[in-house]
Amino acid sequence: MSKNPTLLEVSGVSVTFDGFRAINNLSFQIGSAELRAVIGPNGAGKTTMMDIITGKTRPDTGKVTYGRPGKNLLKMNESAIARVGIGRKFQRPSVFESQTVFDNLIMALKKSRSPLDVVFYRRDDSDVSKVEKLAAEIGLADQLQRLSGELSHGQKQWLEIGMLLAQDPQLLLVDEPAAGMTPEEREKTTDILRKAAETRAVVVVEHDMEFVRRLDCRVTVLHEGAVLAEGSIDHVTQDQAVIDVYLGR
Amino acid sequence: MERSFLIRQPSVLIFIGLLALFTIGATILSEGFGLGLISTSFIKTLGKTLCLCLIALAMDLVWGYCGILSLGHFAFFGLGGYMIGMWLMYARTEQIVINSLANAPLPPTSGEIRDAIGSQIFGVVGGSEIPTIWTFAHSFPIQLTLVVLVPGLLALVFGWLAFRSRVTGVYLSILTQAMTLALALYLFQNDSGLRGNNGLSGLQNIPGASNVSQDTISIWFLWASALALGLGYLFAAWLVSGKFGSVIRAIRDDETRVRYLGYSVEAYKLVVFVITAVIAAIAGALYYPQAGIINPAEIAPIASIYLAVWVAIGGRGRLYGAIIGAAFVSLISSWFTSGQVPDVPLGFYTVKWVDWWLVLLGFGFVLVTLYAPKGLGGLFDRLVRRQDA
Ligand SMILES: Nc1ncnc2c1ncn2[C@@H]1O[C@H](COP(=O)(O)OP(=O)(O)O)[C@@H](O)[C@H]1O
Ligand SMILES: [Mg+2]
Repeated sequence: MSKNPTLLEVSGVSVTFDGFRAINNLSFQIGSAELRAVIGPNGAGKTTMMDIITGKTRPDTGKVTYGRPGKNLLKMNESAIARVGIGRKFQRPSVFESQTVFDNLIMALKKSRSPLDVVFYRRDDSDVSKVEKLAAEIGLADQLQRLSGELSHGQKQWLEIGMLLAQDPQLLLVDEPAAGMTPEEREKTTDILRKAAETRAVVVVEHDMEFVRRLDCRVTVLHEGAVLAEGSIDHVTQDQAVIDVYLGR
Repeated sequence: MERSFLIRQPSVLIFIGLLALFTIGATILSEGFGLGLISTSFIKTLGKTLCLCLIALAMDLVWGYCGILSLGHFAFFGLGGYMIGMWLMYARTEQIVINSLANAPLPPTSGEIRDAIGSQIFGVVGGSEIPTIWTFAHSFPIQLTLVVLVPGLLALVFGWLAFRSRVTGVYLSILTQAMTLALALYLFQNDSGLRGNNGLSGLQNIPGASNVSQDTISIWFLWASALALGLGYLFAAWLVSGKFGSVIRAIRDDETRVRYLGYSVEAYKLVVFVITAVIAAIAGALYYPQAGIINPAEIAPIASIYLAVWVAIGGRGRLYGAIIGAAFVSLISSWFTSGQVPDVPLGFYTVKWVDWWLVLLGFGFVLVTLYAPKGLGGLFDRLVRRQDA
């Protein structure tokens, strides 16, 4: 563990929606360069957990700290959290459909976000080549000038992952990236995510066991807003509690 | 390297060219400088129309590009008009007073001059004191600065409060309506310091140019309005052509997603809101000297709703759409309401266009919304594309 210091620490977090406890005293940690899968049945609180980390939902109790020295994420808004290096991919693909793939990526590229700098921003060759390199990684090299609304579902998912990579975050939160993908597309998605995790932390929420198995990483099982089990995929699939609530059904 | 926005957006040069042709053409046909085929009052209508095109351009930036349906931008337009109107009225009254006291046995003191100006301007609201807000009315450069500063500051404070609390959509529209209504109601009061419902008048008389005819002044303002519109168009096209344009269109389409890219959505909205308020104010400052009078009814909530209708009819998010909408609707509107259109006698009822024009406009709005959702500008796009093919 000393080689991989903690990047994100969630401790004792609880959230209640209208009396319903969606997250219940949740604690876990993510290391600086690790790939982590989070699984759990529908309604387990996976998306809500991401909402808390990214500042969309404020927890009732608990702490969320990031980086070293630990910054308190609960005091920051969504855009500030994104700027310290946390990127997020939503469950449904959300790219800006009325703009080209190129413009989507340029917007995401790690640069000053202040309005004044953006007004006077003119792209240079190095930015263009960064975008072209990214597009090649996500398999959209020949689609740069297309409107992103015209892309297939899988391509939109990749574009969104590409936008995340363009932000160059230290922590990447990816919500159900493989939903609605063909088997070949899934395989490619696994490759992209595994490669991304070589230099940063990547947390993947997924439903599909096969997909998680292919990611070949540490797995956290969520249930009713708390961690039910954690370990290798073989470890958690043999855990009796996990079998009872999730796999057994 | 990135190509210039002028090359990427050919519509900019086409627009500037057409605007120049239009302005030169109107001048050649005018009474002031040319053949006398266009009356001075119609030159003023054309100049005012250019100012309305400029505020429509601002509306397209804030609504069509950034997705903020502001129904209050005429408040900024009106404030711009009031700020320049204060100088026009004060400086001209001062001249009149000095001239009329010139033959007095003793030269008038500056206090006497001030008193005379005060009772000339504020007599109608039963006062003769010059209110504090008129402190700088004697100074053209200061009032010109206030044209930008006062509406800009109002937009900054209002926008900061509204966007910080994440008021969006229809709630924001209602809030902007409340803002313009509140301002209008305040100005309607006699003790607002701006002559209540009388407003400011005689604005067509330019101080220091009392021996220049209105024929000539109307041409000056036509050119000034055309220049402002041309520069405004260039500025708007430049602003939306780069990454800033990408970001604000992204905010329009999905502002939550933009936050997770690390952009402070509130700051961007505020910037766009303030910039467009200032453009609206400049348009107003050029409009009212041509109209000759400004009163609080000009910034009634309905005015800003019309503005949104023009931009919707012209087509949002393409700049020239807003221009087409504003020019088309406001010119037709002034034609219908001028009484020049013959009434239609149906025997049992006579259709008077002065009254029925609004029904026609409403009907047109519904038709455009249903059958040409991209507006008149969208039809224009289709024509151009067909020629390309
Ligand atoms: N904004 C909200 N208001 C009310 N209930 C919510 C809200 N967000 C999530 N929930 C509830 O919290 C639970 C966890 O949801 P979610 O995190 O989306 O689950 P998962 O992503 O694991 O399927 C669900 O029961 C859901 O209905
Ligand atoms: Mg979910």
